[in-house]
This record gives sequence, structure tokens and C-alpha cells, in this order.
Amino acid sequence: MITRQRLAAGVCALLAALAAGLALPAGAAADDTGDRPDPKVELVLDVSGSMRTRDIDGGTRMAAAKQAFDEVLDATPQEVQLGIRTLGANYRGNDRRTGCKDTAQLYPVGPLDRTGAKTAVATLAPTGWTPIGPALMKAATDLQGGGGTRRIVLISDGEDTCQPLDPCEVAREIAAKGIGLTIDTLGLVPDARTRDQLSCIADATGGTYTSVRHKEELTDRVGQLVHRAADPVVTPVATQGAAECTGAPALKSGLYTDREEFGQQRWYRVDVPPGKELRTSVSVAADRAVNPAYGVLLRAVTLHGREIVRGEAEGNGRTDVVSTGLRYPKPAADDDNAPAETVCLQVTHSFSAAAGVRTAPGLPLELTVDVVDAPSPAHDVAAFGLGRGWWLLGVLVLTGFVAGLLWGWLSRWRVAVWRTN
Amino acid sequence: MRFTHVLSTALLAVGLAAAPAAADPSPSASPSGDGGAPTQAGTSFRTATGIEPGQRATANGSTGDYLYWSFAADAGVRPTVRATVKLPATHAAQTWQVDVYDGLRRRQACQYGAQTRTADAGSASVDLACTLRTVRAWSEPWADDPLPGTYYVRLTVVGLQPSDLGQPVGAEVRVDSKDVGGAAAVDGSLAEPLVPGIAVTSRQHQEGSSESAVLSAVEPDGGWSSGWWSDRWVWTALGGALAALAGVGGYALTRGSGRPSRVPPGA
Repeated sequence: MITRQRLAAGVCALLAALAAGLALPAGAAADDTGDRPDPKVELVLDVSGSMRTRDIDGGTRMAAAKQAFDEVLDATPQEVQLGIRTLGANYRGNDRRTGCKDTAQLYPVGPLDRTGAKTAVATLAPTGWTPIGPALMKAATDLQGGGGTRRIVLISDGEDTCQPLDPCEVAREIAAKGIGLTIDTLGLVPDARTRDQLSCIADATGGTYTSVRHKEELTDRVGQLVHRAADPVVTPVATQGAAECTGAPALKSGLYTDREEFGQQRWYRVDVPPGKELRTSVSVAADRAVNPAYGVLLRAVTLHGREIVRGEAEGNGRTDVVSTGLRYPKPAADDDNAPAETVCLQVTHSFSAAAGVRTAPGLPLELTVDVVDAPSPAHDVAAFGLGRGWWLLGVLVLTGFVAGLLWGWLSRWRVAVWRTN
Repeated sequence: MRFTHVLSTALLAVGLAAAPAAADPSPSASPSGDGGAPTQAGTSFRTATGIEPGQRATANGSTGDYLYWSFAADAGVRPTVRATVKLPATHAAQTWQVDVYDGLRRRQACQYGAQTRTADAGSASVDLACTLRTVRAWSEPWADDPLPGTYYVRLTVVGLQPSDLGQPVGAEVRVDSKDVGGAAAVDGSLAEPLVPGIAVTSRQHQEGSSESAVLSAVEPDGGWSSGWWSDRWVWTALGGALAALAGVGGYALTRGSGRPSRVPPGA
């Protein structure tokens, strides 16, 4: 679909250029992104000492990563602003405090100079510690600014060696800033602890975790993630729901995001004019370990507290999100100047944090609001009250036949009466 | 006449010359290629990849990913979602599940089909299916009946050993729509299909601005049906015609053929 739109946009651009003066400079159509902000991606590569291990298709992990980067840089879409950050690349010593600050930007986030980036990658040699947490924090800073999608791709072969700063908490804090940043993680021949940590980081931001044992897997996956960043996505607007309907933010049609803590409720308000229909859906994402049973409840309530309609969903087991929605058509009023009705939306969820999991910040919540024309209501079960089927035909034929007979007899009787008189 | 002919030829020539430059406005935007089935899946409702009925969409992912696709279903059809997951060579027992959500992100029940299935350790693939209820043109606001609009498919593993997390898997999804016809034609209709973000999209259309990112861009072949046509019109009209014929027949039966015998000659 997106492809089609782009192609259509390209064709329109071509036609417009032809109409404007039959002049089309070469490559003018390449820039069809318009005013859409460029997506930003930062590749964060672990260059710690363990990357020297030779266990990926006979080569070192570092060699596999370098080859993957080379191929990905070649295939990176033009509009993607790509940066590279390393962790553990420079400090060789044993001082933990210095080692845990060792993260550097190898290539700044910006329009990609493929040769420059490749040269920079080629110089890397496996060296030091694995400060994942600090590197993620810095990477989030690197990606600041602009309104496009942001993605961090973290490639590591070991768990963070810089406790107590838990990289998983860092990831959750980054996500809580509400800047739409996704962290995808790749583990190179990971052990159980690395896997748990990397998948926790990915879950915290709605990203994905992949375990890599072969070179092509690494190349394919990193390429896939970079391309994914280039796909246009609607960025939600951050809002903050209130604890009760009075003072709740008034929302218009659009996509919103918020955070809701465990046991909290969030209220929003939407104006629904007569003859319009309110459609809203809410999804609450589980960005950390939660207990198996959960649910979400969305209620539309009048200002006086009467419930109009509700949407509810429950679930059990592994999930990324639990969602529900509702519709509220408001009948058209006879009076053209009838005021819009303010509908309060209440969102509650019944997630509970698993043992030992921090509850702050709250779970990410996504809210879509659409106010469209109201539907034409049904006056009958069937369309226009029309009939269908052999029973209908049978009844109609029988009725017609009986009516014909009666009419015939009646007219015969009338003729006979007329004659006798 | 001659002038327009020359002009159109010139336009065509320029267009052909310019075509290579404009043919692919963003070379990297579509890993799937034009017209082909999608080879990627989204990872959330917002990023779901649109697929068309009958298309065989594929995606590579990792065990533990949540893969999202979206498709459009119009009134009077009954969609069936089929998914096949190719599993890695070695793995423990895994439970996979396909869920279908409507345009309001409400989970839709499956009438039949193996929505959840456990793959034994080491098995090569697992097949899932889900047949939705028939999509109707209208329902009460308090019901969650399927309505015309966008539908989301979510494919994921719901039960797995931690050691299997992140292993490469291949997924294949296909949506088939069976036309149920007039039997499902109900009265009433929605003003707009249940497409998320449609209020924003239609406003942008009116204002003429072109935003490339939309929440959902899937649409059925030939657009959304207006909802007034169904074969109930044919049945009802046919019934009326047959009733008229039967009426004529019944009338004729009471008249007999020719003049009545009791009528005296010359009357």
C-alpha cells in the first residue's frame, strides 16, 4: 500500500513537472519524501574483548559484524540518517569506572557517506568492557531532534559489565520519554544471561530481539531493521490523561500516547457533535515482565457519570499489548445549533507487575480517536426490509395464486348476480 | 487537431525520457517490490503491513517477535486467515497463535480453525487458521460484530522455552474472503468503514495536503461497497413477478376456457 502511494506520488510529481514546463532535471523525482522528517537510526556495536571469539562461521564475531555493517551501509535507504556508536572500543585497562564510560560515536547521525562510514568501521578492533547502559543513554541523546522515527540497533555478544546501572531500566526510561524510540537487539552467540538482558531491553521499547549464529542472519536482520526505520509511520502525540473527567485533556481525531501506572486510571474528553460518531480504541503495551492474567477497560461516560458504552478485553499468557475499542454514534439533532456532547473516556488496565519488576514509569498506552459521520441506523433486520429465499417465493406465489382465484370467483359471482337481475 | 497530436507526442516522448528517473522514486522503500506480495511484517498495530486477499505474504522474524499484518474486509464476506510458521531446525515444543483484531483493535472471535497450535520439539512447521464471523454492514454500537474496515492479524509464539527466544523463523500468511452474499445483507450502514485514522485521512484529502504516513491504507478491490445493493432485490422482485403470474393463473382457472356454457346464445 505504502509502495503504491509512493509510486502514485512519483507519477503525480512527474506529471506536475511535465505540466510546469516540460523540464525535468535528472533525479528530481528521487526526493518524494516531501516534508516528512527523515528517520534516524543508530547502530550500537559492542567492541568488547569477547568479540574476538571465533565462533561465527569460522570467523571472529567482530569480522562478522564488520561484514554485516559493510553490506547494510551499501543498502541503506537514501532518506535514512544513520549513525554508528561503539561501546568498549577504546579503553584497554582494567579500571572498571573508566571502562564503563567507554562509549564513543564512531560516525555521527546524519546523511550517510558510505565510504566514510565503512572506513570508520574497518578501524575497529575488539578491546574493552561492555557498558550497554551508558551507550544506550548516549545513543538516545544522539538521536534527539527531528520528528521522524528513531531506532537503535544494539549488537552485543555479552551482558552488561557495568552494574548496578541496569540497561533494561535505561531502555525503559528512554521509552518513557515518549519520543517514539525503538531499540532492537541482536545477540551474537548469546548465553542465557545475555539473551535475557537483550530481550528485556527490546521488550521495554517495543523492539525485537534476535539471536545470531551465522553471518547472513546478522546481515539480513540488521538490513531489515534499517529498512523498517525508513517505512513511514504515524507518530503519536504525547498527552497526559487526568485522574478524573474534570480537567481531562480534550482530544480531537488523531493518535495519542500516554503512560498509565499499575492501578491508575486515565481520563480524556472528546467532543461529539450531533450526527457524528465517536470511534476510539486503546491499547496498553506490556513493556516489562507482567503476570499472566491481564485486561483493559475503556468506558465512554457522560459528564454526569452515566456509562454510555464500554469496550473490554482480557487476556492470558505472553503478549505485547492488550487492546479494545468502542463506537458511540450520537443521533442527529433537529436543531442545527445543538451543542456537541462532551464524552469522557476512562481507561483502566489490570496488568500486574511480576515479582521484582519496577512499576514506574507506567505502561505505554496508545489511544486512537476518530470522530466521523454517524451511521444510518437499521430499521429492519434485513437490508431495506427486503426478503430472500425459496420460502419467500413460495409464500408470494401462493398468495398471488389464492388472490387470483378469489378475484376470479368474485367476478364470476358478480356476473351471475348481474345476469339474474 | 494537428497541434494537439504533436503536443501529445511530444509529451509522450518527454515522459518516456524522464521515466527511468521517476520510475522508482525511492529505490529502497519497498523491499517487497511493486505488485508482489509483501515480504515484511509490521511489529505493532501502527506498523502493520497491508496485504490483499489471496496474497501470500511472507516475513522473516525471530521467535518471540509479534508480527502484524492488516487487510480490508467489506460487508458480506467471511475472511479466513491462514498462517504457516517455518521453525528452526532444532527447538523445544512451542505454542503459536494467530489473533485477529478489527479496526477498533477489538479482538475478533474465530468461528473455527486452529487458532493456537503447539509444535512438537523439532517439527519443521506449524499451521494456524482462523475463520471470522461474517462481516456485516451495520451492528449495534454495543456489539462487537465484525464491521467493514481494517482487520489486523497478529502472529506470535505464546508459549516457548527461553532458550528458543530470538531464533530465526519464517512466517507465511494468507487471507481468503468468501462471499456470503445477500444472506448477510443487513439494514443500516456505517458512514465510513471502520478504518483507524480515517477522520484524519479524509480531512487531509479535503485540505489537499499529502501526508505519506497513515494508520491504515488497505482498501478492498474496487473500493468500499456503498451497501445498498444485495441480491435481496432480485429475490424480492422475482417473488413479486411470480406472485403476479400465479395470480393471473389462479384467475384464469376460475374462468375456464371460452364462453360460459350457461350463457344463452345471443346474449
